[in-house]
Amino acid sequence: MIEARGLTKRYGDKVAVEQLSFTVRPGVVTGFLGPNGSGKSTTMRMIMGLDVPNAGSATINGRSFHDLNWPLHEVGALLEAKAIHPGRSARAHLQMLAETNHLPLRRIDEVLELVGLTEVADRRAGKFSLGMGQRLGIAAALLGDPGVLLFDEPVNGLDPDGIRWVRNLLKGLAREGRTVFVSSHLMSEMALTADQVVVIGRGRLITETSIDELTASSSQRYVSVRSPEVGKLREALEQQGAAVALEDDGSLSVRGMDAASIGEIAGRLSVFLHELAPHAASLEEAFMELTEDSIEYRGESALSATDGGAQ
Amino acid sequence: MSVITVPPATPRERSLPPGRYGISGLLRSEWTKLRTVRSTLWSFATVIVLGIGLGALATAETRAHWASMGLGDRLSFDATRTSLIGVFFAQLVIGVLGVLVVTSEYGTGTIRATFSAAPRRPLVLAAKTAVFAAVSLVISEVVAFISYFLGQALLSAPATNTSLGSPGALRAVVGSGLYLCVLGLIALGLGVLIRHTAGAIGAFVGVLLVLPLIISALPSSIANDLQRFLPANIGSSIVSLHPGSHNFAPWTGFAVLAVYAVVLLVVGGILLVRRDA
Ligand SMILES: Nc1ncnc2c1ncn2[C@@H]1O[C@H](COP(=O)(O)OP(=O)(O)OP(=O)(O)O)[C@@H](O)[C@H]1O
Ligand SMILES: [Mg+2]
Repeated sequence: MIEARGLTKRYGDKVAVEQLSFTVRPGVVTGFLGPNGSGKSTTMRMIMGLDVPNAGSATINGRSFHDLNWPLHEVGALLEAKAIHPGRSARAHLQMLAETNHLPLRRIDEVLELVGLTEVADRRAGKFSLGMGQRLGIAAALLGDPGVLLFDEPVNGLDPDGIRWVRNLLKGLAREGRTVFVSSHLMSEMALTADQVVVIGRGRLITETSIDELTASSSQRYVSVRSPEVGKLREALEQQGAAVALEDDGSLSVRGMDAASIGEIAGRLSVFLHELAPHAASLEEAFMELTEDSIEYRGESALSATDGGAQ
Repeated sequence: MSVITVPPATPRERSLPPGRYGISGLLRSEWTKLRTVRSTLWSFATVIVLGIGLGALATAETRAHWASMGLGDRLSFDATRTSLIGVFFAQLVIGVLGVLVVTSEYGTGTIRATFSAAPRRPLVLAAKTAVFAAVSLVISEVVAFISYFLGQALLSAPATNTSLGSPGALRAVVGSGLYLCVLGLIALGLGVLIRHTAGAIGAFVGVLLVLPLIISALPSSIANDLQRFLPANIGSSIVSLHPGSHNFAPWTGFAVLAVYAVVLLVVGGILLVRRDA
């Protein structure tokens, strides 16, 4: 369980994270979404006690990171920036970490095996590809077999095979009852991996919800309709309260009415239908809609603040 | 609207070992860090080879030219200091090593892995300091003793040499190893404060080599009072049989040097807690 309460971080004048509160529960994969620079990495660094918040706090299993007795046993993290000395072998990197928390050295071989780096364990990490470096970071996160895991953009630099591997790993970890908190840019990837999402924009919480709810609530849901008599059909649908748009390809996009109702109306008018296809919003679309709102809102509030100052 | 299915939250049953992570694990970890990077091993090898080699070179040279040396030169010849001359080279390498022990962690980001495993930063600094101090002290003392014995053997008659029983000789040999070690800790402290390799090495070299030039350019009434506080002068006083009149006595100087190191490390430890990693 990870809890953030009123987390705020400023770098000079720049507010990176503002009054951010959310809860990440065990047993599910929780995605952490937000546009570039929205404060995801900063938030994760604050949870890990690396950056000191200006206000608020984060707890892991109810305790501040600094108060954990055996940090590696309780939380593992793969953070955004590389955290490995290029001159050190993968094994030595894991060994120096294991020793801090009195982990048995055989655990090093276990995690190396798990991420598929056994063959190159004694090679210097500086010679690793981006993907291998990422796997070593994941091995380090899993070293203490922790119940809470944070991954900042874990699929960065991985090929499709690697991406699928990470996806299954995250789901597996969650299924074992662990708390899994993962940030990503690939919204489509999150749709496949995460159950819950925390969405932020400009350092503020936009929503904390499930993936299903996020896509369901989006206004991007529509039904695509093709017919030889679009004009007649459009008129009838609009009379019944649907929002209808004529697309470039001659099809209609109907919002605010489900496929069944559209089909019934068409039947009553004796209009042929060549296509009647409901489209769920992709997570990507839902996400864009949400964060756009937040940016607009922020723009307005900045403007009114300036107005106030001028009076 | 689809129904939100909330998967059951099942916290894993898991028992943690008793107690808490602490200094013993951190000491082992820092030792692993030190010996698993090749550049560290090379630097220590350089300290040993050149530290001993330069002393041997200087003493052999003196022996070769003894016959042509004037009486004044022969009388003021300090056999102990000459055999230990490699210290003044080794101090630069030890300084760079001390800086790197900290700044390479910042440069590579390893510091975030370290603090994610052990968030009590002053404890990490203590372990780092202790391991580096122990290793550099052992190596420095080995270099000092071998340099000394090798140098005295090379200064065979008619050149004058000393033995460990000679007044001040043992102090100079043991002291030069201690001097190198504490200088390394000063460099480590600068590394914690500055966090960037180039900047910290620059500061270290500045204090050791540039500051003396600046002070010697001051009027001698001021310079004479100030220069005894310079690490380089303290080192010179420790390594020589007869410290110059403007210098601290060897152990007094050493105490001053130790205070520098402690102050830098304590301030560094405080900043370490306050700053973002
Ligand atoms: N150490 C720092 N010093 C100054 N500003 C910083 C620092 N770290 C982050 N920022 C700023 O804080 C904001 C949030 O950055 P952060 O890296 O947390 O965003 P992010 O959501 O992880 O972005 P991305 O998706 O690009 O990784 C950005 O505007 C960034 O420029
Ligand atoms: Mg980021």
